[in-house]
Amino acid sequence: MYPAAFEYHAPTSVKDALKLLAKLKDDAKLLAGGHSLVPMMKLRLAQPGHLIDLRKVKGLSGIKEEKAALVIGAMTTHWAIESSKAAKAKLPVLAEVAGIIGDPAVRNKGTLGGSVAHADPAADWPAAMLALGAEMVCEGPKGKRTVKADDWFVGLMTTAAKGNEILTAIRVPVWPAGSGAAYMKFPHPASRFAVVGVCAAVTLDKQGVCTRAGVAVTGAGTRAVRARGVEAALTGKKLDAAAIEAAAQKAADGVDVQADLQGSVEYKAHLCRVFARRAISEAVKRAGG
Amino acid sequence: MAVTEERLFGKAIKRREDPRFITGRGQYVDDVKLPGMTYAAFVRSPHAHARIKKVDAAAARKVAGVLAVYAGEDVQVGGLPCGWMLPGIKVPARPALAQGKVRYVGEPVAIVIGETPFAAKDGAEAVRVQYEALPGVADGKKAHAPGAPQLFDEIPKNQCFYWTIGDKASTDAAFASAATVVTQPLVNQRLIPNAIEPRACVASYAPGTGDLTLWVTSQNPHVHRLLMAAFVLAIPETKMRVISPDVGGGFGSKIFVYNEEVVVSWASRTLGRPVKWTAERRESFLNDAHGRDHVTEAAMAFDREGKITGLRVKTHANLGAYLSTFAPLIPSYLYGPLLSGVYKIPAIFCEVWGMLTNTAPVDAYRGAGRPEATYLLERTMDRAARQLRLDPVELRRRNFIPPFTDGTPYQTPVAFAYDSGDYAPALRRALELAGYEQARRDQAAARAKGRYIGIGVSTYIEACGPAPSAVAGSLGAGAGLWESGQVRVHPAGSVTVYTGSHSHGQGHETTFAQVVADQLGIPMEQVEVVHGDTAQIPFGMGTYGSRSACVGGSALVKCLDKIKEKGRKIAAHLLEAGEQDLDFKDGAWSVKGSPDRKKAWGEVALMAYLAHNIPQGMEPGLEATSFYDPVNFTFPFGAHVAVVEVDAETGAVKLVKYTAVDDVGRVINPMIVDGMVHGGIAQGVGQALWEHGVYGDDGQLLSATMMDYAMPKADGLPSYTTDRTVTPSPINPLGVKGAGETGTIASTPAVANAVIDALAPFGVTHLDLPLTPQKIWKAVAAAKR
Repeated sequence: MYPAAFEYHAPTSVKDALKLLAKLKDDAKLLAGGHSLVPMMKLRLAQPGHLIDLRKVKGLSGIKEEKAALVIGAMTTHWAIESSKAAKAKLPVLAEVAGIIGDPAVRNKGTLGGSVAHADPAADWPAAMLALGAEMVCEGPKGKRTVKADDWFVGLMTTAAKGNEILTAIRVPVWPAGSGAAYMKFPHPASRFAVVGVCAAVTLDKQGVCTRAGVAVTGAGTRAVRARGVEAALTGKKLDAAAIEAAAQKAADGVDVQADLQGSVEYKAHLCRVFARRAISEAVKRAGG
Repeated sequence: MAVTEERLFGKAIKRREDPRFITGRGQYVDDVKLPGMTYAAFVRSPHAHARIKKVDAAAARKVAGVLAVYAGEDVQVGGLPCGWMLPGIKVPARPALAQGKVRYVGEPVAIVIGETPFAAKDGAEAVRVQYEALPGVADGKKAHAPGAPQLFDEIPKNQCFYWTIGDKASTDAAFASAATVVTQPLVNQRLIPNAIEPRACVASYAPGTGDLTLWVTSQNPHVHRLLMAAFVLAIPETKMRVISPDVGGGFGSKIFVYNEEVVVSWASRTLGRPVKWTAERRESFLNDAHGRDHVTEAAMAFDREGKITGLRVKTHANLGAYLSTFAPLIPSYLYGPLLSGVYKIPAIFCEVWGMLTNTAPVDAYRGAGRPEATYLLERTMDRAARQLRLDPVELRRRNFIPPFTDGTPYQTPVAFAYDSGDYAPALRRALELAGYEQARRDQAAARAKGRYIGIGVSTYIEACGPAPSAVAGSLGAGAGLWESGQVRVHPAGSVTVYTGSHSHGQGHETTFAQVVADQLGIPMEQVEVVHGDTAQIPFGMGTYGSRSACVGGSALVKCLDKIKEKGRKIAAHLLEAGEQDLDFKDGAWSVKGSPDRKKAWGEVALMAYLAHNIPQGMEPGLEATSFYDPVNFTFPFGAHVAVVEVDAETGAVKLVKYTAVDDVGRVINPMIVDGMVHGGIAQGVGQALWEHGVYGDDGQLLSATMMDYAMPKADGLPSYTTDRTVTPSPINPLGVKGAGETGTIASTPAVANAVIDALAPFGVTHLDLPLTPQKIWKAVAAAKR
C-alpha cells in the first residue's frame, strides 16, 4: 500500500523528459497509466528513486491516420483505442483487443505505450503488435528510431528500448482490403490477463488464398512471440477448416511455455493451438473467406 | 407468536444504511483519526517453518519517523486464546508475535510503529530477521504421516484432536448388510475470505485514566473485549471499550481475535499514543483466518430400494499452524451433526482428525462446517445416483425425511433435532422453476451435437443460531450463545434499540427497525438501531452463524413484550380501564368496544417519563433489557439447481442458469434475504469453479494476491431465479430461521454436480474443487485416450 519514497517529476515535453532520463538513468522509471508500475511500487517490488510522469507531456496521445498506418501516441488509453472511429474503421482488431483489457476503470487509465513498454508476458497488446507488424517509435538523445515489434519484445518484461529512450508512438500498418484479424484469449480467472491469447491477421486474394498471415501468441511463455510456423502453413493456402486446423497445430512451436497454477506446459500448449484455430477462423471470416 | 400486526414485517423496504455506504459516508475503522496517531506495520515470516535466530532492529530504529520496534517476547501479553475445547484437544501456545519459531508464511514476527504509515513500512523493511529454515508441511493429511515435520514438540504427529460423532457399531452393521456401497473421496479446498474492507484496528490508551479504546473490524465487539481484556491484556473489562463501527463484510473472518489488534493495543498502552493498523490486501491473504480445507473419505450404504442405510466419514481437517479462536468447533460440532442433511439416515459415524500444518490458521468462513458436510453429502448422493442408475432427483426424494411441521422435532443420529422441515415442496418448486424435465431433454439433444450441458441439483439443511448455551458449554464452548437486546423508549415516543448483534453487511438497521416499529405500531423513522460499541450496548455475542434475526431479533421481541406490558399498565391506568380490556393497535391502546377511548403510544411514553400519573408503586421510565437463549438451532433448508455448459476442448465452464428455492422460515425483509442469497450463491459458485488458497509443498502461499486468487466476478454469473417456501421455526417468537449462509452452502455442490453431470459422457465420476479448466480438460483428454 505504501511505496518507498521517490521523487516525482512531471515534464511537459519529450525533450524535458529525455533530459531527466539522461540525468537520473536507472534510478528513474517512466510513468504512463500506472496500472502496472504503481501496484508494483505499492508492493515494493519496484522501488524507483524517481518517477517521471509522462501524462503532462504534450503530443503523446491520440490516433493519427497515415496513408497505410495508424500512428498511436504511446499515452493513448485503451479506452481511446476501443472507442476510436479510426481504429474501428481501419484496424477493428485494435478496438477488440483494447475492449477486453481489464475493466472500464483500467481501460481509462492504462495506455498502449505503457503496456507495450512494460512487456508483461500475459498482456494482450503484444500479440496484436506482433501479428499486425507494428513498429515502435522511440525518442532518445540522438533523435527518433523505429523498432519492429519482432525485435521489440526481447524477454520477460524486457524490450529493445534503451535506458535513455522514451517510447513515444506505435505505428500499426493498416492491412489491405481482403484482410481480417481477430484476437481471442483464455483469460486468467483472477487477473483476466491472457493465460493464452492469440492474435491472427490474414489477407486473402480473390480466390480465397491466403497471401499474408500474421499470427502471434501471448500469455503462454515468458514473452509474446510470432507463430511463424503457423503463418507459413497458412500462406499460399485456401483457408478451409482443415487447413486452419493443420496450421494451428504449430501454434506452440517456438513458445517457451511456462507451467503455473493455471496450467501445465501440455495444457497451455494445447490452448495455444485451440485459440490459434479460433482466432484464425474468425480472422478468415472477417476477411470475407 | 408475539407478532401483533404486521405493516413492515415481510416488506421489501430499502436498506436504511445504504445511502451512507453508497455515497462514501460510512465510518470505518480506517476513518478513525485521532490526535497524535501513530501507525503500525508488521514484519512477517517469509518462511513456512523456521527457527528465529535473531531479530535485528537497529537499522529500523534509525529510520526517520520510526518510534519503536518490538519483537517476540518484548510484547508482554498473554497468548491468543482458543474459545472452544474438545475432549483431549492439545492447544498449542500462540504468542502474539512469534517466539522462537515461525510456523506459517505471514506470521507476525515484529511490529514497527511510525509517525506515518510510510515510516512504519520503511522501518519494517529495515528489520533484519535471521532464520534457520526448517522443513514444513502444508497438507493436513501429509502432516499426519510418519516422519512429517513437527510443528510443536508437545503435539505428536501434529494431531491437535481426534473427534467422533455417531455410532460406529450400527454404521459398520449397515455397511456389512448393504446392497450397494458408494465410496467418494473428496477434497474441500482451502478458501480465503476477502471481505471488501480489510481488517483494521486503532487502539488508544489514555494514560490519565488507564482506559483503552479499541476500534476494530469485529463481528462481535464484546467477544473481542472479553477475550482481550481477560486473557491477553489482563485488565478489567471496565477499562476496555471496543467499538466496531461500519464494517465492510466479515464472512466469519472478523469473528476472531488476531495478533494485530492484540499487539497494537499493547503498543498503544506502552507508547501512550494511539496506534492504527490497516491490513494491506496481501496481509489479509496471509493472516486472515482461512476457511474449509478438508480431505475426506466418505462412504454411503444403500439397501435394494435405494434407501440410505449408513454413512461413514473420515476427515482430516487442516487447522493451520495455530488454533484460531473457534477453529476446533468448525470441523467438529458444526460439521458432523450436519451429516444427516435432509435425509433419513439410520446410522452415521464420522471421525475427524484436527491437524496442525505450516499454513495460516483456519476457522469459520461463511457456512463454517455446514458447506463441507453438504458438499460431501450432495456429491456422494449424485455419485450414488449414477451408480444406482437412478435420477439424482429421484434418489433424493426416496431418502427425504418426511415433513414435520407441528413442532415435533426430527432427531438425527448425529445429535441434532431439527426444528421443522418439509423438504419435498422446495425441491419440487426448484425443479419447476429450473424447467428440469425440459433441461434434461435439451441436455440429451445437445450431447448428440457434441455439446456438454450439465444439470446439478443440491438439497441442503443449514443450522443457524447455534444454541442453547448450556449444551454448547458441555460441548466445549468458551462463550454463551444467547443474545442481548435493549429497547429504550424516549419521552416523545421515539425508540433506540441496542442490539448485541453486529451488522457488517446484514442490514440490521433496517430489519430490526422493521420488527420494532411493527410491534409498537410506530413509523420506522422513530426507531434507531445501535450496535457495535461495548460502551453502549449490553454484553452481546455478535453476529455469526446466521443468528442475528433468530437470536438477536428474538431478544428484541422479549424487550418489546416487557415494554408493551408496562405501556399497557400505564394506558389502562390513564383510561381507567382493566389491562385485559385494552386492545393495542396502530400504536395506541384503546378500550375494547369503545375505540374512541384510547391513549397513543407517544402519550403513554411521555407519561412514563413525566410520572405524574402512573400506577402507584410503578417505577418511572420505559425501557427493557433482555437476554434471549434459544432452546435449539433453527434449520433452514432448500433446493438449488444449476445448469452449466462445459467446453470440452478447453475445459472452460459456463454457468448458464441458476435456480434457488430456500426456506429460511418467515422473512422480515425479502429484498435483504434475496441479497444474502445472491451473494451466497456467488461465493459458493466461487468455491466450485474458481477460488483456491494454494500452498506449495514448501508452505508458500501461491495465491496471495487478487491477481492470483480468483474471486467470483459478475461476468461469470447468470441472473438467478429465486423463490422461497415458508416453514416457520417453532422455536423463536418471530418464526425466522436464518438466511445468511444458505446460498454458500447449497451452490457449491449444485454447480459441482452440474459439471460432473456434463462430463458423464466421458465417464468422469468426480473431480475435486475448484473445477478448473485444466482439471476438466485432463479428465476429458484421459477419457478420449
